[in-house]
Amino acid sequence: MVTTEDYVARTDGTCGKEQDVIVTFKYDKKDEAVKRILEKATTKKSIAGIVFEMTFKNFSFRLYGSGKAIFRDLKNKDELNNLLSELLS
Amino acid sequence: MLDPYKIREDFPILKRKVNGNPLIYFDNASTSQKPKQVINAIKEFYENHNANVHRAVHTLSQEATELYESAHEEVAKFINAEGMEETVFVRGTTEAINLVAYAWGLHNLKKGDEIIVSLMEHHSNIVPWEIISKITMAKVKYGEVNDDGTLDYESFENLISRKTKIVCLSHVSNVTGIVNDVKRVVKVAHENGALALVDGAQSVPHMPVNVKELDADFLAFSGHKMLGPTGIGVLYGKKDILESMEPFQGGGEMIREVSFNPKTKGCSISWNVLPWKFEAGTPNVCGGVGLMEAVRYLKRIGMENVKAHEEMLTKYALPRMKNCEKAKIFGTQDTSVKCGIIPFGIDGLSSHDVALFLDNYGIMVRSGFHCAQPLHEIFKLSSTARVSFYIYNTREEIDRFTEVLKEIGQF
Repeated sequence: MVTTEDYVARTDGTCGKEQDVIVTFKYDKKDEAVKRILEKATTKKSIAGIVFEMTFKNFSFRLYGSGKAIFRDLKNKDELNNLLSELLS
Repeated sequence: MLDPYKIREDFPILKRKVNGNPLIYFDNASTSQKPKQVINAIKEFYENHNANVHRAVHTLSQEATELYESAHEEVAKFINAEGMEETVFVRGTTEAINLVAYAWGLHNLKKGDEIIVSLMEHHSNIVPWEIISKITMAKVKYGEVNDDGTLDYESFENLISRKTKIVCLSHVSNVTGIVNDVKRVVKVAHENGALALVDGAQSVPHMPVNVKELDADFLAFSGHKMLGPTGIGVLYGKKDILESMEPFQGGGEMIREVSFNPKTKGCSISWNVLPWKFEAGTPNVCGGVGLMEAVRYLKRIGMENVKAHEEMLTKYALPRMKNCEKAKIFGTQDTSVKCGIIPFGIDGLSSHDVALFLDNYGIMVRSGFHCAQPLHEIFKLSSTARVSFYIYNTREEIDRFTEVLKEIGQF
């Protein structure tokens, strides 16, 4: 069973009114995390294969080839954890 | 003019790659990178001179004391203060302002008094005054900012009256890079019998600052934004004012004598001389040594040259950024009143998206409120991205940055 802790190094709420959440994947797992998410979610747009505008269920987020993702409009941490758990499984 | 290519050779971090790309560091308003001269001075201190200061008679302690006191002298000369009595070492700008708020404010403010700050201030020049106003019942009043981010001098100066006890203003806005005419404001404060505190966090590292010319009673700045290490900063204060103030924190170093009186069963305490009266406990000796080396590095370059280089980069960057599709620059673009800080946004993207996008290309910029939420509220912005330049940045880096910005615009 995959847990988000296997892939996620840290999650940070952003400074600003947006209240976005930035997820940073573990350095040695980032490529695998990006690959898994690309397989699970739908890519709406991408630039040079390094920035991806994605949707998954009713959520939209951006995934970066550097091993980061930015999630918007999340209700709470549980929602983020559930989402990551599904995306990374 | 300075030679940024030669300067870059002194900065080991600039040789590294981030996400496979050469590092472009445009987050200098947050903190600067460190030259090998500063890194080596810190290493040399710990390898050869480390000891506590003002405590022991042994050789190492005397060497450490000499270095630490020299650091105060070097900083004093850098800003043209009278001497080390006027340069208190603190953790940074935030602690310097808190020191004034507590050590001066708690003892000199009362109900009916007013503290004047501007709406463009960093939170570190707002929050301490709000805290102190709640304790003393003095009132904090905020000077307005124009639509282009410049200070509305008329509104600001109209707030200053005989009720005003202190006026607090940043020399340079950390969001817009706008340089305030603090000399003018200090004069109005003094005409009304008030003190003036200048937040120099974004000015001292980037331009010549002369405390005698400004005539400010206090000037606060951070070492880490001017090539020095983190955890060291400076509160300049006029000697007579610092002498009249009560200490900020109590402990070792800041006392001359703590004597127990068996009759009263209490201690009588006398304070140490300046600046030690405000440096309780073992100070950040190594930080002071690193800051001294940073100041020497900047002096060798010349602060006029630092200012001219950043002005050149700003003039180079502004039209190129404006050329990028969907890019929007906030605040005035008049380089005669601003220095090397440019806040911007990309239509349809949050500032964090922009920063993460740039990070992919090894370009480091700041995103968010930059600890200045009131100013963002005036601009009706949820957050901004910000580039800020320093001595080691080049036009080629700006070219690369604007190339990537154009790509972001296509997203």
